[in-house]
Amino acid sequence: MPDIKITPLGAGQDVGRSCILLSMGGKNIMLDCGMHMGYNDERRFPDFSYIVPEGPITSQIDCVIISHFHLDHCGALPYMSEMVGYTGPIYMTHPTKAIAPILLEDMRKVAVERKGESNFFTSQMIKDCIKKVTAVTLHQSVMVDNELEIKAYYAGHVLGAAMFWIRVGSQSVVYTGDYNMTPDRHLGAAWIDKCRPDLLITESTYATTIRDSKRCRERDFLKKVHECVEKGGKVLIPVFALGRAQELCILLETYWERMNLKYPVYFALGLTEKANNYYKMFITWTNQKIRKTFVQRNMFDFKHIKPFDKSYIDNPGAMVVFATPGMLHAGLSLNIFKKWAPYEQNMVIMPGFCVQGTVGHKILNGAKKVEFENRQVVDVKMAVEYMSFSAHADAKGIMQLIQYCEPKNVLLVHGEAQKMEFLKDKIEKEFKINCYMPANGETCTINTPTKIPIDVSLRLLKAEAVRYNAQPPDPKRRRVVNGILCVRDNRLSLLDIDEMCDEIGINRHIIRFTSTVRFEDPGPSVKTAEKLKTLLSEKLEGWTITISEANISVESVLIKVEGDDDSTKNIYVSWTNQDEDLGSYILGLLQSMVQ
Amino acid sequence: MKLYCLSSDAAKPCFVLSFKELLIMLDCGLSAHSVLNFLPLPPVPSTRLASLPNYTPPHLNDPLLEGELKECCGRVFVDSIPEFCPPLDKVVDFSQLDVILISNYTCMMALPFITEETGFKGQVYATEPTLQIGRFYLEELASWVAGAGGDGAAGAARRWKELLHVLPPPLALAARPRSWRRLFAPASIARALAKVRRVGYDERVDIYGALDATAVSSGFCLGSANWVLRSAHEKVAYVSGSSTLTTHPRPINQAALRGADLLVLAALTQTPAHNPDHMLGDLCVHATVTLRAGGSVLCPVYPSGVLYDLLECLSAHLDTAGLAAVPLYVVSPVADSSLAYSNILAEWVSVGKQARVYLPEEPFPHAALVRAGRLKHARSLHDDTFSADFRQPCVVFCGHPSLRFGAAVHLVELWASNPAHAIIFTEPDFPYLDALAPFQPLAMKAFHCPIDTSLNYSQANKLVRELRPRSLALPEQYAAAAGGAARPHIAADVPTVLLRRGAARACGVRRGLARATLSGALAAHVAPRDVRAGLRAAPLAAALRVRDSRLSLDVAPPPAPGAAAGAAPRLDWAAPDVEALVRALAREGVAEARVERGADGCIVHLPRHDTLVHVERHATHVFCEGDAEVRQVLRRAIAACLPHV
Repeated sequence: MPDIKITPLGAGQDVGRSCILLSMGGKNIMLDCGMHMGYNDERRFPDFSYIVPEGPITSQIDCVIISHFHLDHCGALPYMSEMVGYTGPIYMTHPTKAIAPILLEDMRKVAVERKGESNFFTSQMIKDCIKKVTAVTLHQSVMVDNELEIKAYYAGHVLGAAMFWIRVGSQSVVYTGDYNMTPDRHLGAAWIDKCRPDLLITESTYATTIRDSKRCRERDFLKKVHECVEKGGKVLIPVFALGRAQELCILLETYWERMNLKYPVYFALGLTEKANNYYKMFITWTNQKIRKTFVQRNMFDFKHIKPFDKSYIDNPGAMVVFATPGMLHAGLSLNIFKKWAPYEQNMVIMPGFCVQGTVGHKILNGAKKVEFENRQVVDVKMAVEYMSFSAHADAKGIMQLIQYCEPKNVLLVHGEAQKMEFLKDKIEKEFKINCYMPANGETCTINTPTKIPIDVSLRLLKAEAVRYNAQPPDPKRRRVVNGILCVRDNRLSLLDIDEMCDEIGINRHIIRFTSTVRFEDPGPSVKTAEKLKTLLSEKLEGWTITISEANISVESVLIKVEGDDDSTKNIYVSWTNQDEDLGSYILGLLQSMVQ
Repeated sequence: MKLYCLSSDAAKPCFVLSFKELLIMLDCGLSAHSVLNFLPLPPVPSTRLASLPNYTPPHLNDPLLEGELKECCGRVFVDSIPEFCPPLDKVVDFSQLDVILISNYTCMMALPFITEETGFKGQVYATEPTLQIGRFYLEELASWVAGAGGDGAAGAARRWKELLHVLPPPLALAARPRSWRRLFAPASIARALAKVRRVGYDERVDIYGALDATAVSSGFCLGSANWVLRSAHEKVAYVSGSSTLTTHPRPINQAALRGADLLVLAALTQTPAHNPDHMLGDLCVHATVTLRAGGSVLCPVYPSGVLYDLLECLSAHLDTAGLAAVPLYVVSPVADSSLAYSNILAEWVSVGKQARVYLPEEPFPHAALVRAGRLKHARSLHDDTFSADFRQPCVVFCGHPSLRFGAAVHLVELWASNPAHAIIFTEPDFPYLDALAPFQPLAMKAFHCPIDTSLNYSQANKLVRELRPRSLALPEQYAAAAGGAARPHIAADVPTVLLRRGAARACGVRRGLARATLSGALAAHVAPRDVRAGLRAAPLAAALRVRDSRLSLDVAPPPAPGAAAGAAPRLDWAAPDVEALVRALAREGVAEARVERGADGCIVHLPRHDTLVHVERHATHVFCEGDAEVRQVLRRAIAACLPHV
């Protein structure tokens, strides 16, 4: 039984950083190479020494696949390729390749310039790393080498997010990355065909949630923002520069237009325009509605949303500010938060998931005081709201995906252990398939059935089809082929005997038995033969019996009558070894006739 | 395997391949040469065209022909809605087609003729740009022809088709005008395009389990593809509209086409004598000269394709020539969509253009030209905003290249009498003099700079040599001329099948093997024996499962009682060892065997049992007069000492 082995170096029963090792059919593949946003030390990056304690890593990994541009999925890539020294192939989609370096650079700046960290990758390393990336398009089947094939499917989570189907020989795995099964304001829903992989590795961020309707959540969000600004409060929405931000901008933009509101809306960071440009270029990756209308009006040209300047932080009066980064762990959003947190009329809306250790995580858990590295303590009096806009699949969506692609096994990653347990139970009950949830560093082995490619002779198949079709239809009837299995140069073929002989230049050795029966029957031998034929036709109903002069043949059995016109005839019965049953039956028949 | 050819125009091909019980249509090109026999449909009523004299053939008085034919400068035109020449519909029943594979948007215009009202139930596959731009082409065509009232059946001139023999050339030479058809209604275009499934380059499309079809980049235009049909043992490559030049689309993928059993070659260049690079240079020069002299330039073009290159090169050239102020206009019902779409197809353009997307900037410079106000586009000539800021001298790109409908008709009418203006033909689909015929006499300058980036004959010959197919199929136009007249042609040293419209030819591939999968459980049962070095064999009886046309072999069920077929066949492949046979017989209790060695074998004599065994190289013959029991003993003994599998 060939195995598939999976070892999460990250995302095993947690939502920190995704990095999963997959080995099957002698190939090792790394799925995502993310960094943990909650740590500042070496725990930030996956433990590459697990793969190989010393020496080059390239020989141990056949390829790296990045599912989308979120840093918890691609953040450690420059570290791996430029500092650990991986030089093999890296695959991601075109939008990911375009956007990831911007986010990486953004994070690098925060880490190095603000926090003063050393031993971090440089700008040049990010550029060098991205140069090594091979961009793939959706559904393109890419042969990494002779045996390893990968194919991307639309995942809908962020622009350019993809699920990957990976095949080695007859084994296949689907890795979902993060995905979303309901179309949102700018992206479509994830889609996969019935590819029946041996294993589906799926994220399970919302393993237990079945979210209320999207429209309700949006209304809720808009109502809260509107109420707050009406009272003169300031609304802070920490976001990542790309992804959710664009969706929320579209949402606010249309609302502001409809309600004719005049409160200023700002989008921090000069990245905005550039980011929106990416969305304009890669409009083929957005949802159908935007694709259809973009010629008339590009949804990513915002009228109401203005760029933010740092001096606006202390401006009086209501405003809405989108600021990066999304988990309030550093940067501008954290600065704004520090300024605005102590006032009750203000509000912060966390539109996405926050990893443990970030300020976002703390305030969502109800912390009323937040302490920072420099012993600065901030009172949190502002309203803290959590709105799940994260485009992850919920439990229903995950079940739906399983139904779509019909895997033989499921493995859960990128979720919390408790919630995974629940979903695992549900999957095992509902689909009657095995479900696994390894922790980080734990290897999970999955057996898959052996399937060996074999070439079957068409002659054999056609002969079988003729036999099968001649019988009355019966869907339960088993179809059977008989042939000779040949093994040459490690390749198998199933051939018809004659074909086999032709092909390899072998003459078949034929064994023939002949017996003589003496028969008193005066008259010409042709007459005798006709007599015999009549007898045989009676006894052997359904067989084709041919006669020419004094020779009768049934299948390979030959009967020959010899002798003078007026004397005893010699009847020779001859048959090949295969037709022993028929031959001995006919011989017995003639012998009893003679007596 | 059989190949049918349904199109007479090699540049607008339509083939049907029957293979593995599937009918696969390769492209469905619509030949538009027929429209040249018709009078232009002006978007604005033209008094000149309306006042052309009627034509009646000499010595013929047919009232039904009244008003169908008009004469212009000694040439006769049909005064009716233009008609097109769709693929032949009598050879293959379109309702039986399983799949239509489209290579590029110039080769799909007949799609509604195939899929609508024919009972077609199959799948259509094309790349995303092919679908989008093909939609623009079809919509543009439909809006012009329908705009002139041309989608109904009323008022069609028919009588002249009966009287071809009395008409003057070139009308008399029209090929099978009775099969010409009016353009379809916009509704059926929408229905036909809704049937298209989008594929990406290198995506393996499973065709009913029997084949994999893969679109690979052909380098000709945005989203253009060659198709590779592959099963485990056979490979067919369909190369249509390919280019080895470097322009805006992704370069051709030759590796995927190599080593095919059959290579079908179509849609080579229509202007083999013209080098596209030189033509582009000439065009820029002609345009500059005309503009300097205060004249305007008209380029009758399709709304996509080479247009993008023209805009890029011409604008750059005019900049260096100090004519940066000259406005460029693109007039087409789909101009805005075409210009916008080209800039979101980043995954389909050349590496150089793709790199711009990462900055992020638009891959094509025409977006910047539009923003700068240099390039303007309009749905039609009488658009209010367009007419308001229309200035001359200018360069206008508009359709249709045949000059039979579309905005170009009006502009030629308008500018024909002024020798300062120029018309420059770049699309290779129509002979330019024929296109201009109904506008004669013409004072404006006419230049012919055809830009066809498709393979020319020497490139195609080189490609065929490199791809090393085992056989080749071509439209007959591409073969050497029969009379020995030298014309460029495809020459290959592999079996070549020539096709003409309506032909059906058997093609090279003979199938011998099918791919199946063997289950591990069954494989564990088999113990192959060595037959000779490098070859092992074993008899095998397996349960065959056929699901979605895929075969799998598993452990055979125990034969049902009474069933005839059961045991696997046995292959004996050499003579038995006689000494071993004698020993084996002795073990079974049949002793006293006498062995006589002869020239070509030996005879084993068992006198007590009245039995002789002739052992020769390829056969063993047992003359057995004894009872059945002795025979069974003999069978066992022989079986034991025969080398077999």
